[in-house]
Amino acid sequence: MNLARREPRWAVTFTMLVALILQALPLPTWLESVRPSFIGLVVIYWGIYAPHAGGIFAPWLAGLALDVFKGDVLGQNALAIALVAYISMSLHQRLRNQTLVQQSLFVFAVLTLNEFVVWGIEGWSGHPVATPWRWIQPMIGAMLWPFVALLAGRTHTRS
Amino acid sequence: MAVFGSGGSRSFGGRGPSFGFRFFCYALLSVVLMFYDRKGGWLDTARYGLQAAVYPLQLAVNSPSAAWRWMQESFTTREALQSEVESLRNQLRDQQLISMRQAALQQENATLRGLNAAMPEVIEKRLIGEVINVEVSTLRQRLLINRGGNSGVYRAQPVITGDGVIGQVYRTGPFSSEIILITDSEHALPVQVLRSGVRTIALGTGRATALELPYVSQNDDVKVGDVLVTSGLDQVFPFGLPVGRVTKVERDPTQPLAQIFAAPLAKIESDREVLFIWARANHPASPASTEAISVEAPAK
Repeated sequence: MNLARREPRWAVTFTMLVALILQALPLPTWLESVRPSFIGLVVIYWGIYAPHAGGIFAPWLAGLALDVFKGDVLGQNALAIALVAYISMSLHQRLRNQTLVQQSLFVFAVLTLNEFVVWGIEGWSGHPVATPWRWIQPMIGAMLWPFVALLAGRTHTRS
Repeated sequence: MAVFGSGGSRSFGGRGPSFGFRFFCYALLSVVLMFYDRKGGWLDTARYGLQAAVYPLQLAVNSPSAAWRWMQESFTTREALQSEVESLRNQLRDQQLISMRQAALQQENATLRGLNAAMPEVIEKRLIGEVINVEVSTLRQRLLINRGGNSGVYRAQPVITGDGVIGQVYRTGPFSSEIILITDSEHALPVQVLRSGVRTIALGTGRATALELPYVSQNDDVKVGDVLVTSGLDQVFPFGLPVGRVTKVERDPTQPLAQIFAAPLAKIESDREVLFIWARANHPASPASTEAISVEAPAK
């Protein structure tokens, strides 16, 4: 029971909000097209380092907020982000022992999956989005991963 | 070692159901949400509330640029302000000249139509809204405005700026509304060429500076420089609001249709204020509806 109190819930909430703001910040078009999924990165971080703090609910809620925010079909980002959280949480014990650079390969794969799910749902819901840039975004995300992980590491004491 | 989906997380003990089961529940919930969101209905009300929930976040996201504008405005020099006042005064004089004869013209129009009194303006009420967030990409051209259902804004309400039509309300929240711009690639707007009366449809291109008119036949009278106004046939916009100016007309004799492009008159990327308008019901220029058509039908 004591364990539950040590979970970095405030850090999770705070970083998720920052990620949401970064995700929604208006940017010039060229930057916009390469903006990675910050929420995805943060969710992967907490999935690996504190899998019980936010569970799947917090990522799902953040995804839902993103849907409302961007005017997408309700549930599309929520589903994709929940999937990202689930995969990172399931593999957290193995991933924790890897270096940040090794982890970024995993990050690339999961963010691509995230993009793929969103792309699939967009196609199904009749808003087909055909831009090659979206497949670059996971790569940018993977490159940013070490920095995000170091920054997010500052918000809580690792057990 | 946790193997994918093996329930290895149970090693923590007594922490509720496994990740796999919880993920399954949330995934199911998402799919249900998506399904009902597509169908419309009760989820629209939920969305209306959710819009209010994310509104503070949207304001926070906008605050850096709002603060920057405020700084710029407060530190404007005296000379800049004076020159602005000067140009506004000139603009006002020009507008006064244009509107000076309007009352007389309206009366004349009434006489020609065989009415005893001049019709009132078609725009009955207007509401100024401020742009909070701009999304202009090739995929989506949307604005977020700080007025919503609480101010009476409704779905598919026409939205204009001082220069012309900018778009229509796509989604409302209690305090905010999302506007789909006429240049959004999913938007189509029935228009009429002011000079020749040719009616067609202006499609958004995804670029903030261009509209496309793909359904004009080769021999229709459209020239570069023609002004396009709303035709009022879409049950959304009243007749006669300026939309754009034709910038390019290409007639390829092997094609049945001419290729025509227009530039919107509203400054879509730089405007900070928009006007929500309410059209007067039963006015000849109000958006066509079944009732309006029966009113317009000649009684003779």
